[in-house]
Amino acid sequence: MTLFDGFMIRAALAGIGVSLAAAPLGCFVVWRRMAFFGDATAHAAILGVALSLAFDAPIFAGVLIAALTMGYAVAVLGARGHAMDTMLGVLSHSAIAFGLVAVSFLSGVRIDLMAYLFGDILAVGHADLLVIWGGALLVLALLWWRWSALLTATLNPDLAYGAGLDPKREQLVLTLALAVVVAVAIKVVGALLIGALLVIPAAAARPLAQTPERMAVIAAGIGAASALGGLQLAFWIDTPTGPTIVCVAAGLFAVATLLDVLRKSARA
Amino acid sequence: MSLLSVTGLSARQGGKRVLSGVDFSIDRGEIVTIVGPNGSGKSTLLRVLIGALKPEAGQITRAQGLRLGYVPQKLHIDPTLPLTVARFLQLPHRVPAQKARDALARTGALGLWDQQMAGLSGGQFQRVLLARALLCDPDILVLDEATQGLDQPGSAAFYELIAHLRGDLNCAVLMVSHELHVVMAASDRVLCLNGHVCCQGAPEHVASAPEYRALFGSGTHGALALYRHEHSHSHDHHSHDHADCDHDHSNDGHSTPQSGGAV
Repeated sequence: MTLFDGFMIRAALAGIGVSLAAAPLGCFVVWRRMAFFGDATAHAAILGVALSLAFDAPIFAGVLIAALTMGYAVAVLGARGHAMDTMLGVLSHSAIAFGLVAVSFLSGVRIDLMAYLFGDILAVGHADLLVIWGGALLVLALLWWRWSALLTATLNPDLAYGAGLDPKREQLVLTLALAVVVAVAIKVVGALLIGALLVIPAAAARPLAQTPERMAVIAAGIGAASALGGLQLAFWIDTPTGPTIVCVAAGLFAVATLLDVLRKSARA
Repeated sequence: MSLLSVTGLSARQGGKRVLSGVDFSIDRGEIVTIVGPNGSGKSTLLRVLIGALKPEAGQITRAQGLRLGYVPQKLHIDPTLPLTVARFLQLPHRVPAQKARDALARTGALGLWDQQMAGLSGGQFQRVLLARALLCDPDILVLDEATQGLDQPGSAAFYELIAHLRGDLNCAVLMVSHELHVVMAASDRVLCLNGHVCCQGAPEHVASAPEYRALFGSGTHGALALYRHEHSHSHDHHSHDHADCDHDHSNDGHSTPQSGGAV
């Protein structure tokens, strides 16, 4: 018996790990108006799952590669002047459709697709925990290292060039971080709801923050609280865990927004 | 040796050639203004000079260790990004708080220290952007239509501030401007651009140059003529194609003394 033996404890650790990485990254997703980009990357994960099963490769690797490919495809097509939201719609839904079709070809493999679409946090094992925390720490380290450059490039690309930075490289850093988060989060909330873990905590943190750093920290806190709260709530009322986590995050967003409205009307 | 110079510069933007054969240089202590109609390549030239755009051809020579302070055209800050003026000045590099305060004080914006960037007025915003450009102790200040959106007294005060800073910091100033009357008063040298360098020199010299008049008219010594662009500008000895120019010739039916372009 070790400390991590209880499945609830493992689930809690997995949820916290994913939230801590997803929330600060989600701030950039919100600031750069990339919410659809996050969704497209997450949906590519289903295609990644199908490919890993077909080639008998680890799910994590397949999802990572599919997510990176999606990021690259978006960057290339975006540079060719396609309308961004239309293109993301095309890529995002195509990825999920091709993924579902590809999985149906895999004869002899019986997989629970629901687990990849909506996550299966209660089934997280020791190895999964290692991957999740490894990936989360990698993303946090990446964000920590590039923080100022990322912020400057987010404000204005020319401002970044003027300071000797390359905004395209910073965009690549974000694409990479997003792919890693998707790869580690698919087990926890599933491909369909990863976007929620990115965007909702960041959006909830916005009215409570005065600086970008504080917004990232508050978002991480809200993300972790949603994971723990959702896990507990799902246990009590017997609901699917991944969606319950997102519901709690949405509830926290509503509370933060309401507080902000009340504060503003009190000042007015 | 000049701080920054380019020779034979050509550049494309969005697949279209907007600059060709541009020669230009700037020395310490000089205020140089680039004027030209919309689409004449003013901002493109600045973007090449700060390194944001790779030129198609030509040489760029920078003095060793050249420090460049860049003030972009109006900067949009997404309202989802909480950012105080103090934090903004620390991007991308941390600087001592005292230095940031000094820079704000120089541009007359010290009182904005704690304010959110998204809540600033146009004039306040430009002063903060200017303060940020001062933090690297620049050899050259580069300003891209920095007074866009300011009213006349506001932009006059802004240019006065620039001239003052040039004296204090002994730096060069390179700016793009639409406001010809201010340009004439505030610059040491004017570069008139329209895909190529039409003419350059002291403001008085440029104002009386036929190429400049062809672009801006001579009505009020060029001061108010920018938006009355009633001529078909052409330099017959240049081979560049005027289909590339974005300026509107819908008024070509009106006859003006400059019609046809003087060469």
